[in-house]
Amino acid sequence: MRRASIFAILLASFTGALGAFAQTPQPVFIQNATILTVTHGNIEHGSILVRDGKIAAVGTNLKAPDGATLIDATGQFIVPGIIDCHSHIAIDGNVNEGAPAVSSMVKISDVLNPEDKHMYIDLAGGVTTANILHGSANPIGGQTVVIKLRWGKLPSALPFEGALPGIKFALGENPKHSNFGPPPGMPQRYPATRLGVEEVIRQAFTEAREYKKTWDDYDRRRTSGERDLIPPRRDEKLEPLVEVLEGRRYVHAHCYRADEILMLIRVANEFGFKVRTFQHVLEGYKVADEIAASGAGGSTFSDWWAYKMEAYDAIPYNAALMQERGVVTSINSDNPDEARHLNQEAAKTMKYGGVSPNDALKLITLNPAIQLGIENRVGSIDVGKDADLVFYNHDPLSVYAVVQKTLIDGEVYFDRATDLARRPELEKEKQSLLDKEKKAGEEEKGEEKAEKKSEKKSEKKPDKHKPPESGDSVEIIERGVR
Amino acid sequence: MTPNQNRRRLSLMFFAAVILSSFVWAFSARGEGGEPRYFAIVNARIVPVSAPPIEKGTVVIARGLIQAVGTNVPIPPEAWVIDGTGLTVYPGLIDAGTDLGFPKPDAADESAGAAKPPAPPREYAMGPEDRPATTPWRVAADELKITDKRIPVWRSAGFTTVLTAPDSGIFPGQASLIDLAGDRVGDLVVKPTAALPVTLKGLGGFFSFPGSLMGTIAYVRQVFDDTEWYAQAEPIYEANVGKSERLRYDRTERVIELSLRNNEVVLLSANNSIEILRALHLAEEWKIKAAIQGAQQSYAVAGAIAARKIPVLVNLKWPERAKDADPEAEVTLRELRFRDRAPSSPVSLEKAGARFAFYSGGLPAPKDIFKNVRKAVSAGLTPEAALRAFTVDAAAILSVDDRLGSIEPGKIANVVVADGDIFGEKTKVKHVFVDGRWFEIHEEAPPETPTAKNPAAPAVLTDSEPEVGR
Repeated sequence: MRRASIFAILLASFTGALGAFAQTPQPVFIQNATILTVTHGNIEHGSILVRDGKIAAVGTNLKAPDGATLIDATGQFIVPGIIDCHSHIAIDGNVNEGAPAVSSMVKISDVLNPEDKHMYIDLAGGVTTANILHGSANPIGGQTVVIKLRWGKLPSALPFEGALPGIKFALGENPKHSNFGPPPGMPQRYPATRLGVEEVIRQAFTEAREYKKTWDDYDRRRTSGERDLIPPRRDEKLEPLVEVLEGRRYVHAHCYRADEILMLIRVANEFGFKVRTFQHVLEGYKVADEIAASGAGGSTFSDWWAYKMEAYDAIPYNAALMQERGVVTSINSDNPDEARHLNQEAAKTMKYGGVSPNDALKLITLNPAIQLGIENRVGSIDVGKDADLVFYNHDPLSVYAVVQKTLIDGEVYFDRATDLARRPELEKEKQSLLDKEKKAGEEEKGEEKAEKKSEKKSEKKPDKHKPPESGDSVEIIERGVR
Repeated sequence: MTPNQNRRRLSLMFFAAVILSSFVWAFSARGEGGEPRYFAIVNARIVPVSAPPIEKGTVVIARGLIQAVGTNVPIPPEAWVIDGTGLTVYPGLIDAGTDLGFPKPDAADESAGAAKPPAPPREYAMGPEDRPATTPWRVAADELKITDKRIPVWRSAGFTTVLTAPDSGIFPGQASLIDLAGDRVGDLVVKPTAALPVTLKGLGGFFSFPGSLMGTIAYVRQVFDDTEWYAQAEPIYEANVGKSERLRYDRTERVIELSLRNNEVVLLSANNSIEILRALHLAEEWKIKAAIQGAQQSYAVAGAIAARKIPVLVNLKWPERAKDADPEAEVTLRELRFRDRAPSSPVSLEKAGARFAFYSGGLPAPKDIFKNVRKAVSAGLTPEAALRAFTVDAAAILSVDDRLGSIEPGKIANVVVADGDIFGEKTKVKHVFVDGRWFEIHEEAPPETPTAKNPAAPAVLTDSEPEVGR
C-alpha cells in the first residue's frame, strides 16, 4: 500500500509540460566528480563541460565558463547513461500483436507514450537510452525503435535521432505458442514447432524478395517510358523485411537455444542479411564463436533463467564467456523493475566470469551502444558525445550505489533530491483535488435530492399521468400545430 | 367476458377513436392548406451566431427555410405570428456525436422475454487482408430507428440536429447528420455520409488481428494504402481493359475511396494528450481531412491542435469518479488532475484558436449536456464560443455550414426559442423549429395519447394505461 502511494506520487511528478522541446540550454559545468569514462579510464576530481547537450570537455584542469550552470558532484561517480538493449517501456497498449505469425506491419513508434511511469522509474535507475521492442509472440514481430528517455517530452521527441530502426524476431517456445494456447474453437496458429518458425521466416523473406522485385520491375518499366501501368500494392508487412534485406533495418532476435541460434544464422546467410543482436541468448555461451563470426551481438540477462523449458540450460557466466569469445555483449532488462538496477546486473559478471570493472560497465553502456549502432553518440564520456550522464553516490558497481541525477542531452530528467522535496507538495495537491471532488459530489447529491422532492410534490397533484419513458426526468410534451 | 378482456376491448376502441379523430384533424388541417409553413417570431432577442445579436427583431420562417432576419422585415400575410417578447431565438443546436436512432434494447423488452438475437460468433482475423471490425459501407441513416425515445427528448431541449453513428468497430460505418423531426427516416436525414469514424483502439485479445493499439494503427494505415492504390489503379484498368488482370473486388477500399473523394471528414478517436498528438501526426501522415473526436485532455495540447488546423469534437461527458468507485482504491494524481482539468479543454482550445464542436458522447439526457457546458464555462470558456461549438463551428466541421448553424436567410429553419440564455440553469425552451416544423414545448403533464406528432409516446396501449374508462 505504502509502495503504491509512493508510485502514485512519483508518477505525479510528471508535470504535463508537453510544450516545445529544446530551448538551447545554458552550458553546464560539473565538477569534483569521479568520472568513469569507459573508454579512457577513470578521472578523479574531474570536471565535465556540457554545451548544447554535448560533452564539450572532460578533464581535471577545466574552468567553468561564465554563465554556466554549476553542478557540484563532490563524492559522486559519473558514468555514461545506461543503455538498455531490450525494453518494453513507453508503449501504449499491448506489446504483442499476437495473431499473425508475421506482424512486421506494426510499429512501436506509432504508440510511444512519453508519460509512461516506467520511463521515469528507468530514469531513476540511470537508463537514458532504450531499445523498445515488440513482444515475442511471432517468428517475425513488429518494428522496433531506439529511444532516449526524454520523459514528458512530445512523443516525436523520443526516438534516438539517426538510430537505424529495427525489427523483432522470436524463436522457440513463444512464437510456437508452447506455453499457452488459443481459446476453444480457434485452431492453433501456425507455426507450432521450431521447424515451423524457421519456415515462417524463410517464407516471409521469399515474399519480401518477390515484393521488391515487383516494385523494381514496375519502377524500371515506368522510367523506361511505359504508360498505363497499374502500380503494385504497398504492403506494410513486407516493406520492413525489404529494409532488412537491404541492410537498412536491424534484426533483434529473441532466442534461447543454441540450435535455433545457429538456424537463424544459416537462414540470414541464405537470404543475405545480418542478425544485429541475439536477445536473451541464454545458450549463447555454447555457440559464442559462431555468433561472433556472424557479426551479431548478444544481449543477455545476468542470472535469470529456468522460467520455462528452453531457459534451463543457462549459466550466469554467459555474458562473460560470450564477451571473451569476441561477441559484443550487453546485459538488458526486458523489464522495468530490472531496469532500475542494471548497474548491479552488470556487476554480477565480475563475480561470475571475473570481468573487469570497466568491462562490466561496458555491458550496459558502450556495448549496447555498438549493438544499436549509436556508439558515435552515446556509450562513453568522450568529447563530442551526447551529455547523457548518471550520477551515483557510490561506485556504480557497488550494491550501495543509488542514482542521484540522470541527465540526457545535458538536461536533468531525474534528480533524487528534487523528487523527494516535491513529494509533500504533490501529496497536498492530491488531497486538495480529492477534497474538491468530494465536495462537488455532495453538492450534486443535494441537488438531486431537491429535484426528487419537487418531483414528489408534483406527484401529489391529482393527475396520475406517468412521465414519458425517456432518459430525461423533466416532463416534457410537445404539441404539434393545431 | 373477464374484466381484463373488457378493459382490453375498451382500450382498443379508444385507440381506434384516437386514430380516427387524428385523421379527421389532419384532413381538416389539410383542407385549410396543411401544416402552416410560414412563421414569424416577432419582438424577440435574436442570436444569429453568424452576426451580432438583435435586441428586438423578427425571424421569418418560410417553407422550411429562414427567409428573413432583422428589425424591420415584412411579415408574410400567411405567417403564424409568435410573440417573442422576453424570449431569445437561437439557431438549432447540433450535437456532434450521438447514437440517437440506435436505441439500446429496453430493459422492459428484455423482462418481457423478448428473444435476444444470439451474439454472432467472433470471427478471427489473421491480418489486414481479413478486414477486421470493418464495415464502412454501413450508413447510419440506413439503419436508424425513428422510434428512439431520445429523439423528442433531445429536440425538446433545443437540439435540432445530431451526428449519429452505429456502434463500435475500427471502421464502424459512416455517421449521418440528421434533423430531429419527421415522419419517415428520409425526412430526418440532412447528410447520410457526413463523417467516417475511425476508432484508434486495440480490439484486445491475443489471437485475432488486431489485438494491440499498434496493430489497429498498422491496419488503418494499410487500408488507406489500399484505398490510395485503388484510386490509382481503377481508372488505369478501366482505360486499358485487356492489358492486365482484373482488379480484385474489395468493398472496404471502394467505399473509403469514395468517402475520401467526397472530402468526408475522418473522425479519429483520441481523448488524452498522447492520443491527440498521435492522431494529429497520423492525420498528416495519411493525408486525410481529419477531426479529433474525444479531446478531453486538449487543455494540455491545444497549441499543437491549433497549429495543425485540425478541428476537434469535444466529448462533454467529462471524466469523473465512478459512482460506485471503491473508496479504498488508489487514484493517481494524474487521474485526479485529468478529472479536474478536462472541463478546461474548451477554453484552452478557444484561446489557442482551434475550431471545436461539442458532443454528448453518451450523456443520458440533455440536462447533463447543459450542466457540463456550464462546467466548461466556469473553467473560462466564453458563452459565445460555447454557442458556436453547438452551431456554426459544428456545422463547419461537418461541411454543412452552407445550410445549418446560424440564423441567416437561406439556412434550414432549425431554430430554438427559449426564455433566457440557452445554457442557463433555469432556462426553458418554449419553441423548437426543425426544418420549419413547429414544436411548442410545454413543461406540464405528458400527452394522454400517442399522436403522430409525438412518436415518443407508446405506440401500443397496454392494460396498465390509465386512459381506460375515461
